[in-house]
Amino acid sequence: MALAIEIQHEVAGMQTQATYDYKVVRQFTVMTIVWGIVGMLVGVIIAAQLVWPELNVLEWLHFGRLRPLHTNAVIFAFGGCALIGSSYFVVQRTSHTSLFAPWLASFTFWGWQAVIVLAAITLPLGITSGKEYAELEWPIDILIAVVWVAYAVVFFGTIVKRKTQHIYVANWFYGAFILAVALLHIVNSAALPVSLLKSYSAYAGVQDAMIQWWYGHNAVGFFLTAGFLGMMYYFVPKQAQRPVYSYRLSVVHFWALIFTYMWAGPHHLHYTALPDWTQSLGMVFSLILLAPSWGGMINGIMTLSGAWDKLRTDPILKFLITSLSFYGMSTFEGPMMSIKTVNALSHYTDWTIGHVHSGALGWVGMITIGTVYYLLPRMYGKTEMYSVRLINWHFWVATVGIVLYIASLWIAGVMQGMMWRAANPDGTLTYAFVDSVKESYPFWIVRLIGGLLYLSGMFIMAYNAVRTIMAGKAEDAPVLAPAAAH
Amino acid sequence: MSDFVSDSWHYYVAGLVVLSLIFCAWILISNMTRRKPGPVELQDHVWDETLQEYNNPLPRWWLYLFWLTLAFAVAYFVLYPGLGRWQGKLGWSSSGQYKAEVATVNEQIGPIYRKFLSQDVRAVSLDPEARAMGQRLFLTYCAQCHGSDAGGNKGFPNLTDSDWLHGGEPENIRTTIENGRIGVMAPFGEALGSENVKDVANYVRSLSGLAHDALRAQRGRQVFADNCVACHGPEGKGNQTVGAPNLTDRTWLWGSTEATIIETVTYGRVNQMPSFKTLLGDEKIHLLTAYVLSLSAGKDAQTR
Repeated sequence: MALAIEIQHEVAGMQTQATYDYKVVRQFTVMTIVWGIVGMLVGVIIAAQLVWPELNVLEWLHFGRLRPLHTNAVIFAFGGCALIGSSYFVVQRTSHTSLFAPWLASFTFWGWQAVIVLAAITLPLGITSGKEYAELEWPIDILIAVVWVAYAVVFFGTIVKRKTQHIYVANWFYGAFILAVALLHIVNSAALPVSLLKSYSAYAGVQDAMIQWWYGHNAVGFFLTAGFLGMMYYFVPKQAQRPVYSYRLSVVHFWALIFTYMWAGPHHLHYTALPDWTQSLGMVFSLILLAPSWGGMINGIMTLSGAWDKLRTDPILKFLITSLSFYGMSTFEGPMMSIKTVNALSHYTDWTIGHVHSGALGWVGMITIGTVYYLLPRMYGKTEMYSVRLINWHFWVATVGIVLYIASLWIAGVMQGMMWRAANPDGTLTYAFVDSVKESYPFWIVRLIGGLLYLSGMFIMAYNAVRTIMAGKAEDAPVLAPAAAH
Repeated sequence: MSDFVSDSWHYYVAGLVVLSLIFCAWILISNMTRRKPGPVELQDHVWDETLQEYNNPLPRWWLYLFWLTLAFAVAYFVLYPGLGRWQGKLGWSSSGQYKAEVATVNEQIGPIYRKFLSQDVRAVSLDPEARAMGQRLFLTYCAQCHGSDAGGNKGFPNLTDSDWLHGGEPENIRTTIENGRIGVMAPFGEALGSENVKDVANYVRSLSGLAHDALRAQRGRQVFADNCVACHGPEGKGNQTVGAPNLTDRTWLWGSTEATIIETVTYGRVNQMPSFKTLLGDEKIHLLTAYVLSLSAGKDAQTR
């Protein structure tokens, strides 16, 4: 340790010529926009297929084939590129050093793109393991595992060679996300291959369901929450130019969050063959999860205290803070929906889809968009996007889109739940299932409009990005010496 | 009943849960600082030029929220199952809840149904109130396969005509609903070869007056006599005791095209109607029988 500090001081005294490895960050950032458009476009198509079933034309473009393509594209392609790219940026900047094994980082980029392309080919062909959010077949699963381990080596290798004594909080969350996703993916994807394109899960029956939803819910917890909280902890204080609200809160909510999330999976299996005690544990720990989740929201939003006026003029900050509001909303809604009596109404309805999208469009989408607007100009030797006005436009189009989307599905979901349980005095059902489908059409149309708005925001972003890239020049910033204060 | 193969799992689960709650409480207790007078303390680390951290105490309301959820957890695990095999003070279980709800509903609706149980099915089928109830039962339990108008679909019999695979008398219909049916036609593709199959398909089409190749139908007559009469009868009129369809009428469960008939003869068919005896019980089956009976009432004269 003494030696490390000595070297650190020496480096601090010298004028370093080394630069950060921005190339891989640049690649991931650009692909974040590309896959965002692809994934959301598929989402709009399947939303339209619900409204007009005749749009289910070819078997490869059928709702059942496109739906997993949509979820995989937005979560793992759009979200994954944003997380990996931003983590490479953040870990370098906050460790004051370039990437460990940059060639391996380059491999993670090309490897991840290969996974996405393979998913885009196999899912429409109907090649699937049938596990939600883990549909990809075993050869692709192996590729994911290899890329992910390489990613972990690059990330933690960079942490090890950092020039600061302390590890910045953003890196705790990125680190937890990387470790947990490796564990979840490898355990849940364990399968027995019977051919190149077909395998069967290593688990059977209710145990398979439990493993699947342990994975499924922690994909939400670690991929879509912890990872993006890492993003939040760098880009919010940077953009607000304010210190993080509370170090103590970040310690408490970090450990509480990563510990408690692991328990919450069974709430996806209420009133099924899963034993009662398991369902209870899932529900209770989901409720305990409320405070740790909100810890991140408080720390993000309160970071702005003393600088609230910036929200008026800075559309990037609008994206970041609105995303935290949606994060707070959906992490309140989630624990409520995990309560057995609430779940008995909400499960299998569009309420669940609405809930997921307030998290996906609101939290994940908006924090990513804000991050891309921060990152992209800096990747091309600038500090601002081509047009700040267009960022503002993007913000309002996206916000209106989200509100339409989640409000319509809330109403549709509660309505479906009520219709399904309505009974006549003689005990028969008041409504057949198709009645609830028929009544859902108006809400599905509003949902489609909301999705279209959100997608058009992505096109505004793509235009702004192209203009920014054309006007700039790919440039790697010099590695900064860490501040001397210790 | 236990979900555990050995007692150690019970202690493992219960112990882990208790330790976890203690862990959450410990994080909170060890971080309960109060705000000191004066400006908020700024941690002395700086990253990437500007990144710094205040060290504000945990917000009070947030702390209380956290404690509240932990208290809820303790109370819930005392009252409900969660700690391994501990069943909870309330003795609640999801299957118990289900049985209690079903019992309550059955008690409420019992009299409505019992009123009709003592009446003859044919009389019930003429009662408008009973028919309305029967239709609601049909829409809940039967419409998924037979369609909401009971008109059937490919592989699912039409219940509004007078053509019956297993008989249309009240007792036949009741037996079908109670026990379900399995309809099997054996595959003849390998035994007959494709030429004979095509011949017999043309003969079958000729039975109901559909367009056919006369020469093939002529040859098919013998194939039919050798292979099909056991179930479908010498005249192809079918046999309701084995559920073999009448081939001389215009009702086709799977379709009447030459290609479809060839498919049926070559590969055979297996069709199943599930049993509803335990799910519905006598009273509801009585009403459903009457409703199904009412669907084809008055049509017998025209087609039979």
